[in-house]
Amino acid sequence: MWVCTQGQWYIRQMCAGVLGLEASQLRVTPSEIGGGFGGKTTIFMEPLALALSRKAGGRPVKLVMSRSEVLRATGPTASASMDVTLGMKSDGTLTAARAEFRMQGGAFPGAPVDMALFCCFAPYHIPAIHHLGYDVLANRPKCAAYRAPGSPMGAFAVESLIDEMARELGLDPLAVRRTNAVREGMKASYGPTFARIGLEEVLDAVSAHPNLQVPLGPNQGRGIATGYWFNHGGETSVSMAIGEDGTVQVSVGTPDIGGSRASIGLMVAETLGIPYEDVRVNVVETGALGVNEPTHGSRATFASGKAAVVATGQAIREMCRRAAAAWDIDPEAVTWRDGAAHPAGENAGRFEPMTIAEIGASMGKTGGPISGHHEATPDGVGASFGTHVVDVEVDPETGRTTVLRYLVVQDAGRAIHPSYVEGQYQGGAAQGIGWALNEEYVYGEDGRLQNPIFLDYRVPVASDLPMIDTVIVEVPNPGHPYGVRGVGETGITPPLPAIANAIHAATGKRIRHLPITPAKIIKAISG
Amino acid sequence: MRYHSPLTFEAASRVAAGASGVTRFLAGGTDVLVQLRAGSVTPDDLIDLKRIPGVGSITREGDGGWTIGAAVSGAALGATPGLVSDWPGVVEGMGLVGSTQVQGRATLAGNLCNGSPAADGVPGLVAAGATATVVGPEGRRRMAIADIPAGPGRTALQPGEVIAAIHLPARGAQGGDAYERFIPRTEMDIAVVGCAVNLRLDGDTIVEARVALGAVAPTVLLVEACAQAIVGTRLDEAALDALAGAARAAAKPISDKRGTAEFRTHVAGVLARRVAVTAYTRAKGSRAQGHRAKGAAQ
Ligand SMILES: Cc1cc2nc3c(=O)[nH]c(=O)nc-3n(C[C@H](O)[C@H](O)[C@H](O)COP(=O)(O)OP(=O)(O)OC[C@H]3O[C@@H](n4cnc5c(N)ncnc54)[C@H](O)[C@@H]3O)c2cc1C
Repeated sequence: MWVCTQGQWYIRQMCAGVLGLEASQLRVTPSEIGGGFGGKTTIFMEPLALALSRKAGGRPVKLVMSRSEVLRATGPTASASMDVTLGMKSDGTLTAARAEFRMQGGAFPGAPVDMALFCCFAPYHIPAIHHLGYDVLANRPKCAAYRAPGSPMGAFAVESLIDEMARELGLDPLAVRRTNAVREGMKASYGPTFARIGLEEVLDAVSAHPNLQVPLGPNQGRGIATGYWFNHGGETSVSMAIGEDGTVQVSVGTPDIGGSRASIGLMVAETLGIPYEDVRVNVVETGALGVNEPTHGSRATFASGKAAVVATGQAIREMCRRAAAAWDIDPEAVTWRDGAAHPAGENAGRFEPMTIAEIGASMGKTGGPISGHHEATPDGVGASFGTHVVDVEVDPETGRTTVLRYLVVQDAGRAIHPSYVEGQYQGGAAQGIGWALNEEYVYGEDGRLQNPIFLDYRVPVASDLPMIDTVIVEVPNPGHPYGVRGVGETGITPPLPAIANAIHAATGKRIRHLPITPAKIIKAISG
Repeated sequence: MRYHSPLTFEAASRVAAGASGVTRFLAGGTDVLVQLRAGSVTPDDLIDLKRIPGVGSITREGDGGWTIGAAVSGAALGATPGLVSDWPGVVEGMGLVGSTQVQGRATLAGNLCNGSPAADGVPGLVAAGATATVVGPEGRRRMAIADIPAGPGRTALQPGEVIAAIHLPARGAQGGDAYERFIPRTEMDIAVVGCAVNLRLDGDTIVEARVALGAVAPTVLLVEACAQAIVGTRLDEAALDALAGAARAAAKPISDKRGTAEFRTHVAGVLARRVAVTAYTRAKGSRAQGHRAKGAAQ
C-alpha cells in the first residue's frame, strides 16, 4: 500500500485492525509528503482501498480525497473554550493560576485538552496551579491532530490574560514574561522538572531585536506572546549501512515533513567526518525496519537523528576493527576521524589512514557488510519555547487587519539545518496568522460545512504576509548528541495570542473569539 | 457533452436555441470549466465563442466609445492604454478577478453572464452605463448591462441569446470612474462588498454620477440615492456622509460564510466614500491634460 502519511506503521496497524489482517501481510510505503501538520497520523479511507482491492482480486485500487472531502471529513482541530484565572502582584510576579478548558472533538474522546492544559502555564514559574479539563463529546465532525495539538488554544487564553493584566498594571508585557520565566531545575506547571531549557535566552533575544524599536503609527499595535511544546521521543528504529564505495545510506521510518532527511544526513556525515553529499537518507516502508511511531510531536530529527548517530557509532567501531585487523594491532589502538581510521598514537604503529572508501571497497573480504542499527524509545527529549512579536495595523473603518512585521524567536537546541529550522518558524507563524485572522469552519443550520474549498476557507495567501523575521536561539539539548530539541510545533503556539494582543494594542478592544475577523473588529469598535 | 465552435453569433444562437439540455457558452471558461471539473455543471451543449471573427478585439468607436468583443480577456483590457485612461474603474474591476493566470482568460461577458452577485467586473460596467449587443433567435438588440443580471446564477437573456460585444460610452471631458472591493485577504477571494462610482464634473462640482454596489443584494444595484447624495456637491464631508448613508440604506445583503449582513451594510458605506474620492480625483486629473493627480482628494 502506498499512502501519503506521517506514519506508515500506524497505517499498517490500523488497516490490519480494521480488516482483520496480520500486520506482516501488509507493507505500507509512505509516498513523498506535501504537508502533514498532524492530520496524516491516522487512517481515513485507506482500509477501503485495501478492501476494494481484495474484492477486485488483488488489482490495484487508487483512492483520492478531493479538497472538499478533506475539509469535510478528515477533522479540524478541536473547538475550545477556556476560563483562566491568574494571580499577579503589582511587580508582575505570578502567584497562582487556574485553568478550566473545554474542548470538543466530535463524538469520541480525544480532544487534546490534556496537552492544552500542560502547555498553557509551562513558560512560567507559578507556585500554585489548578488544571481542570473537559473532553466534550458532541455530534460534530471528528477532530484530528493539528500542529502542537491543544497548545495554541491554551496559549491564546493564558497569554491574552497576561497581556491584559500587564497593561492594567502598567508593566511591559515582555518584562512580565521575563520575571516569571522558567529555567533549568524548576518544576514545570504540569509536573516534571525542567532540564536545560532556553526560555530566558529567547526572551533576551527578543528584547535585543530591532523590530521592538520600530515606532508605531496610528491604528497600529504590537503584540507579544510566548508558547511551549514538549517535543517527543517515541518508538524509533533506524539502520545505516556503508556502501562499497564508502558512501552511506541511512534508513529511517519517520516521513520527512520539514527537512528531517537533510538534518539526519548532516548529523551522520558529521559523525563520520565525510561530506554531506556522501550520505543518503531514505524514508523506508514497513517491511524494512522495526516499528516506528509517526513523525509527530516534533520528534523526527531528534529521535531518528539520535538513533542514526548511535547506529553510525556502531559502524565506526566496526570499521576501526577492520583497520586494526589489517594493521594487525589492537582495535582499541585505532581511532576514527575525518572519514578514516587512524592509529590512535605513536605507540599504535605507523600506518597510513584507512578511508571509509577503502574499508567499504574491501569489506566483502574483511568480514562482510558493515552497518549500524539502533532502536529505542529515546529519552533526553528537550522542550522548546518560542516568543513572537507582531505589529499590526487595523483599518478602523473596515476592521481589516494587516500584519506589518512579524518576529519569531525560538530555541532550537541546535539548528542542524538552519534554513529548514527557519522554514518551520515561518510556517508556524503563517499558519497561526491564518488561524488568528480568517480561518474557520463555517457550519450551516443543517450542520453542514459551508466552506469546504480554499476560496472560502481563507488561509493566508503570500501577499497577505510580510517577510517573517526569525531568530534561532541555540541552547543545546543535553539529551541529544548534537543538541537537537525539535522545532516543528512550538512555532504555532504563540501567534493566536500575539495577534490578539497586537489588535488590542491597535484598537483598545480585546477580542476573545477566533478568528478575529473584520466583522468582529467593527462590532467591537462600534459597540 | 457536445462541443460546438460556430463562426458567427447567429450560428451560436441557433445552436443554443435548438438545445434542450444544459447549455453553456464558452468564453474564457474560468467559470464554465471549473464547474465542469468540479462536477457541479456538466453542459450537454458547450458552445465555444472564440472562433467567431472579431471576438478578441477592442475597438475605439468614432464617437469616442469602446466596443469590447465577447472573448476579450481582463488582461487585454489592462493592456489597452486608451481604455485604461478612459475607464480605469471598469478595467480595475477585471484586474481584481482571480490571479494573473485567471485574468489571461476571464472575460467581462462571462463575468456578467455567470450571474454572481459578487462579480467584480459588473459594478464598473453598470456605473459606466455600458450596454451589450445581444444576438438571439429574434435578431440583434441592445440591452443596458444593468438590466441583464436577474439573480444569483441567472440573467435576463432569453433562451438562445448570446452577448456579442459590450459597449462603453464615450468618456467625455472631466469624467472619472473607480471600483474597489472589500475582501479580508489581499487577493484570491470573493468580494464581500464591491462598489463602483462613475462621475462627471463641471469645475469642482459633480454634475453626473452613477453608483453601483455589488455583493449586497441578489444582483448588482444601481443606487440613484447615492448619485443624488453627491450630484451638485464638491464631494465635501457632508456629501460623503450622505453618500455612505445612502449606500447603507440601499444595501440589502444576506449573512453568509463570507460576511454578515450587518458588516456588509457597514462596509458598503465605507467603500462608497473611498471609491467616490478616487473617481473624483481621477475626474479632476483628466481635466488637467496629461497631468494625473496624485493621491486622493481628502
Ligand atoms: C481561481 C479563480 C478566481 C476567481 N476570482 C474571481 C474574482 O475575484 N472576481 C470575480 O468576479 N470572479 C472571479 N472568478 C470567476 C471568473 O473568473 C469570472 O466570473 C470570469 O469573468 C468569467 O469569465 P469567463 O470568460 O471565464 O466565463 P466562462 O466561464 O467562459 O462563462 C461563464 C458564464 O457566462 C456565460 N457566457 C460566457 N460568455 C457569454 C456570452 N458572450 N454571452 C452569454 N453568455 C456567456 C457562460 O454560458 C457561463 O454561464 C474566479 C475564477 C477562478 C477560477
